[in-house]
Amino acid sequence: MAETKPKPKIKKEAIEMPKQEPKVRVKNFNEVALGYSEEQALEEATRCLQCVKPQCVAGCPVEVPIPEFIKCIKEKKYAEGIATIKSKNALPAVCGRVCPQEEQCQVKCVLGKIGEPVSIGRLERYLADWERDHGFQLPENAKPTGKKVAVVGAGPAGLTAAADLIKLGHEVTMFEALHLPGGVLIYGIPEFRLPKAIVRNEVAYIQKLGVDLRLGNLVGRIHTIPELMKSGYDAVFIGSGAGLPQFMGLPGENLGGIYSANEFLIRVNLMKGYAFPEYDTPLRLGKHVVVIGGGNVAMDCARCSMRLGADVCLLYRRSREELPARQEEIENAEEEGLVCKFLAAPLKFTGDEKGWVKAMECQAMELGPPDASGRRRPVPIKGSEFTMEVDTVIIAIGQTPNPIIQRTTEGLVADPRRGTITVDENGKTSLEGVYAGGDVATGAATVISAMGMGKKAAKAMHEYLMSKK
Amino acid sequence: MYKIVSKTSLAHKETLFEVEAPDIAAKAKAGQFVIVVPHEKGERVPLTICSYDVDKGTVSFAFHEVGKTTKQMGCLNEGDCLLNVTGPLGNPSEVEKFGKVLCVGGSIMIAPALLQVKAMKEAGNHVTTVLGCRSKDFLFMADEAKALSDKVYVASDDGSIGYKGLDFLKDLLKTEKFDRCVVLGPVVMMRDVSEITKPYGIPTIITVTPIMVDGMGMCGVCRVTVGGQMKFGCIDGPEFDGHQVDFDELVQRQRLMLPEERLSSMLWEMHKEHEGGCKCGRNKA
Repeated sequence: MAETKPKPKIKKEAIEMPKQEPKVRVKNFNEVALGYSEEQALEEATRCLQCVKPQCVAGCPVEVPIPEFIKCIKEKKYAEGIATIKSKNALPAVCGRVCPQEEQCQVKCVLGKIGEPVSIGRLERYLADWERDHGFQLPENAKPTGKKVAVVGAGPAGLTAAADLIKLGHEVTMFEALHLPGGVLIYGIPEFRLPKAIVRNEVAYIQKLGVDLRLGNLVGRIHTIPELMKSGYDAVFIGSGAGLPQFMGLPGENLGGIYSANEFLIRVNLMKGYAFPEYDTPLRLGKHVVVIGGGNVAMDCARCSMRLGADVCLLYRRSREELPARQEEIENAEEEGLVCKFLAAPLKFTGDEKGWVKAMECQAMELGPPDASGRRRPVPIKGSEFTMEVDTVIIAIGQTPNPIIQRTTEGLVADPRRGTITVDENGKTSLEGVYAGGDVATGAATVISAMGMGKKAAKAMHEYLMSKK
Repeated sequence: MYKIVSKTSLAHKETLFEVEAPDIAAKAKAGQFVIVVPHEKGERVPLTICSYDVDKGTVSFAFHEVGKTTKQMGCLNEGDCLLNVTGPLGNPSEVEKFGKVLCVGGSIMIAPALLQVKAMKEAGNHVTTVLGCRSKDFLFMADEAKALSDKVYVASDDGSIGYKGLDFLKDLLKTEKFDRCVVLGPVVMMRDVSEITKPYGIPTIITVTPIMVDGMGMCGVCRVTVGGQMKFGCIDGPEFDGHQVDFDELVQRQRLMLPEERLSSMLWEMHKEHEGGCKCGRNKA
């Protein structure tokens, strides 16, 4: 048994992250996960084996030197630790909270073979929060190269590309269409998963590096991409995201009370509709909310609705096994009272005399053979129609890229079906000097994959800029 | 921050702002709109562009003080600032030489309608303008309309000035041929005009002003059914074929947040009275 071994025992279980109790948190919008204390961080950090060939780093889209920063925590060199992360990742407070570590770095951790992997995300968050309490240390940017770069969109991809490019000595201007920076971090992910103060802080860091941020500036309308190139920018990075909501094309879909996930989340998060009427943007939510879809966005909508006092049912056309949301999000949502109805899909919506939705006709499904995505395809069961009484429906079945830039940029090759800008593995588009990354290139994906592409594109843009006279 | 360089009262509770926004002024075209965020806790309000001046670097837009946000904006004065103005949004109007154009502007939308009149005139069209208002006290910019158009008609709901209602258009169309009609105004008015022009096969373009949040294709609250297809007012519009638009749905969707809008406005009025200030969240430059 273990006690007979001379080697120090490795704790198989990770240190739990303290969380708000479900009953309490479902009544507020404060952050659910509370973060490690110093003691907890130190104890978790000692679990890291400091592998010579760390597998975790290979699992990270932005190649954070994970064992190095964990070693810094162990030695209480927190400033050095956060600098180590920031050498690769400009948004650690965000990544420590919303990255799916269980599929990326942590899934590769060797400790996972004997117990639980090291809680890399929680440790990353610890350092990022430590820095927020102690003030930034700004790295020195490289000598100015005299090159000017425009970054379109202040979301995860754009912020990452901007940070990397300015550190390499280029002059960077970032254009954001909304009146606040952060992209999906500010309009999409709710306060209780990612406090907006944290996003503001991460953006402030990038501005302190010297990035010139222009808000409320919609590229494609004020300046087109070719105009930016002509007006003195040597390269452009497009990170305009996947903001166009998908609807189902069902009868009654335009009734009142039927929201796209984007509309719902923008009202709640960006416009702080949960604090109406203190904030001016209203949000009309009934008692019986149905969220259609099964991804992280669907979970966010469901969890916001529960916090606003509604009974929420998630309707998903496949089974629990196929839910694309993070396991942690599903668990959190169910703890808070989410009811899931699997293997069912809506057919049509009917409304009351005022045009407000009152019922949803649905159909039961069964799983057939796998489709192109590799998941088993839901097949309708004949004669299984049933009706649900609802007063609010949130459609969270996905987003595609916003078409404004594609429509206003001649020569920019885009996929006509998916709406994505076509890029090579380094984010290069069909136009010289124009790069793209994040959801606008991949279709809706994760924050970290967008950051990974922003990083790759920044590297390729740097090479391009330096090779150009 | 976007500075208000001039404020004009068009009629009772109908106000025009001219705002410093050189980037927008340089690109704005007739038919487009801006989104205004008056202050940190404010809404995003879509307002159709009424004019732009590239040299001065300004754009103007008009609003009717009906809800909390527009009432707050009405308290602002020259020299005050708006937190954010984003634009130009939406597609510009299709402006070319059509021949004879009938341009109908109603209520607060008279102001942006005149920008269309100007653009149509510059493209070499013969333009007949119709100004629609509730009553004579709500008629504005009639002189500007006369200066810009070949012919001007006025109509009011109560008949206190010009024709009573828009029925006179039926007679007008019997005698005069038009190649195109553009209508900007309340939904009901745009529907009525579209019905009047339909038998004559006059292409009729309406400007929708639905509820919007982002105004750039993200939220989909501005969805409109046109010819049986779902369109977004912000990125597919704001102009659509008036003979294809589902007006009943449009009216219904404009009222989606009515109870909340009323509540918000009422609370604001109460506070205003209690505290003696207008609580408009004014930003100083």
